[in-house]
Amino acid sequence: MVTEAEKQRLLEREAATIPRGDVYIVEERCKGCGLCIAFCPKKVLVESDRINEKGYHPPELVEKPPVDVCINCGFCERICPDFAIFVKEKKVNNSEQ
Amino acid sequence: MPIIKADKYPLDPYLRTERLPHVWCPGCGLGIVLNAFLRAMQKLGMDPDKTVVVSGIGCTGRTAGYVKMDSFHTTHGRAIPFALGIKAARPDLNVVVFSGDGDLFSIGGNHIIHAARRNIDITVIAVNNFIYGMTGGQLAPTTPETSITTTSPYGNLESPFNMAGLMAIAGASYVARWTTVHARRLEKGLEKALSKRGFSFVEVMSPCPTAFGRRNKMKGIIDSMMYYQKYAIIKDNPNPLDGVIKPNEKFVIGEFMDAEDEPTFDDKLWELTKRDFLETSQADRAKWILEHRRHLETLATLIAGENIAPQEGEMDE
Repeated sequence: MVTEAEKQRLLEREAATIPRGDVYIVEERCKGCGLCIAFCPKKVLVESDRINEKGYHPPELVEKPPVDVCINCGFCERICPDFAIFVKEKKVNNSEQ
Repeated sequence: MPIIKADKYPLDPYLRTERLPHVWCPGCGLGIVLNAFLRAMQKLGMDPDKTVVVSGIGCTGRTAGYVKMDSFHTTHGRAIPFALGIKAARPDLNVVVFSGDGDLFSIGGNHIIHAARRNIDITVIAVNNFIYGMTGGQLAPTTPETSITTTSPYGNLESPFNMAGLMAIAGASYVARWTTVHARRLEKGLEKALSKRGFSFVEVMSPCPTAFGRRNKMKGIIDSMMYYQKYAIIKDNPNPLDGVIKPNEKFVIGEFMDAEDEPTFDDKLWELTKRDFLETSQADRAKWILEHRRHLETLATLIAGENIAPQEGEMDE
């Protein structure tokens, strides 16, 4: 038996969207320090095999994220000392999630 | 989905992008502090044309070269006197001193104490990496006891400065300490410091993996950051005297001081100029204005809020 309050709560949860982000990188500025990889709460970043102009390995997205995809929290852009990585909110429909 | 390549960064309007990537080592916290400062500026909507960044010598001193505003890379330890000069001559500008612990507290130690005592309306961002980083990791007055540096191979025997405590006692209006791991809180703290009238001081503990970390059991780039995350305690209104940092012990971060608005040094200086103008007889005012014409733009900005603008006809000669 689902109570009225609980039904309301479930409906609200359906309406609420979890924000999603796109990750951008200015590759030639990256120094491969790995802070964005270490501090990403959803663990969506990993060191890539490619090298940039200066010979560092910039990060790339994991193919199958262990926890979740990017939620646009913006911590990688704040922890990046090199002004290289940033996120932008991605517009998504409820039905797609 | 691959990572998207970009050629522009959202903070680029505030940066001299032609000079990037900057000289700081991989994993250095200075970029994080500069990032937080520019974000705070952006959020407050501060005009880059009305902001001056002054820095001294050292790794942190390089900041002045990367911001797209008027900036001064001053002589060693003298960032504060330069900033005081700018603020005294142009009270309408926002003056930010961005310098390191060695520059501000060792070479320029006296200047910062007296700047806090005078309560000049400037914001000081002191990046504390516990060491003289640029010259090769020598012992600084902020190095924690027993830490190993190139000039203290058997461990530091001296007690370090409690920078935040010293500033709070010397008379600063706003004193806070954050670390580079607490990037969001740091950004909020800088926002508060920039909008505060009076002497505001923000100490940022920043890792130096090259010169400090690797000699003190924080070998990797991420180790120092993890150390701050593990040992920092965030407190509400902590006692400034509790701000001493000891290795492998918990340390306090937070807002040590948030005083009420008090008259600042440049306020008093402006009062003096105003009194001088008002005491000048009506006949001599045009002459007074001509004598001060080099400062007319500044005076006009200040007069706009004071309603002592010269009456019509006074300027005619």
